[in-house]
Amino acid sequence: MEYILQPWPWYVSGPCIAIVMFLLLYFGRTFGMSSNLRTLCAIGGAGKRVAFFKFDWKSQRWNLVVVLGAIFGGFIAHYFLSNPIHMDLSEATVKDLTALGFNDIGQSLLPPELFRWNSVFSLKGILILIIGGFLVGFGTRYAGGCTSGHAITGLSSLQLPSLIAVIGFFIGGLIMIHLIYPILF
Amino acid sequence: MGKYIKFFIVGIFFGIVLVKSEAVSWYRIFEMFKFQSFHMYGIIGTAVGTGILLLLLSKKNNVKTIKGTTLNVPLKERGFTRYIIGGTIFGLGWALCGACPGPMYILLGTGAFSIIIVIIAALLGTYTYGLLKNKLPH
Repeated sequence: MEYILQPWPWYVSGPCIAIVMFLLLYFGRTFGMSSNLRTLCAIGGAGKRVAFFKFDWKSQRWNLVVVLGAIFGGFIAHYFLSNPIHMDLSEATVKDLTALGFNDIGQSLLPPELFRWNSVFSLKGILILIIGGFLVGFGTRYAGGCTSGHAITGLSSLQLPSLIAVIGFFIGGLIMIHLIYPILF
Repeated sequence: MGKYIKFFIVGIFFGIVLVKSEAVSWYRIFEMFKFQSFHMYGIIGTAVGTGILLLLLSKKNNVKTIKGTTLNVPLKERGFTRYIIGGTIFGLGWALCGACPGPMYILLGTGAFSIIIVIIAALLGTYTYGLLKNKLPH
């Protein structure tokens, strides 16, 4: 049980993610979490105005069920399968974040500086979450997939478009962390 | 209902793995883009390695899906522009809020309710893409 309660090492977690991908393919579907965003837009009636959302979203219900499961899995893992969080981040990361003004680094999954409600309701706080979320939602559909669809499924099936997309993910991520963060914080 | 239960179980497993591996953590994403830890590279690397192996083995052994059809991965259209530009936009957002589409939902389950703002913004981003799709280079 202690092994389960501790954070799982990468060499256990990575293969588990591949099993998730494989099971969904075995069920005749595919592993793509961002497609659910499009489905949710369609359910909300976006198909009436924009052709991109005019599709049979009911055929995508299985994927929404995966999402429901994932939310429930997050609940189980966090409340029943975890010791109090004390992340084993690298010293360099802790040092860099301290320099940027972060506190209690790695004591929770998300930094209170960005996700605690009083941070969220500052102008900077809300803009970070809204702009970040918007770029993820826009970019993933533009690129035709996210980490699950491109980085895991696409790379596992040796598809060149996915490699290009993953290179894009890193170009964007590196620009944000190395060039934009020093201005933001 | 019965046909959905297997998807629910796979989802639960996915959620548990991403929390226990800390891949849902903003800190781990920051650390990854700083190249300060092998952790996230190890996760993605072994996921892809195992994935390649599973797909090769299933092809070799002619594994069928539960529907009896050939197990195959949907092919992405050929192209460059949409992947590099879309990917870069995605990466900017991923590093800014530390959550990609899977973890967004999973974090809700861990009680991090402010992530709902990120989810709503992501829906808005997806909607905006749909609106502008025909005007964007692909």
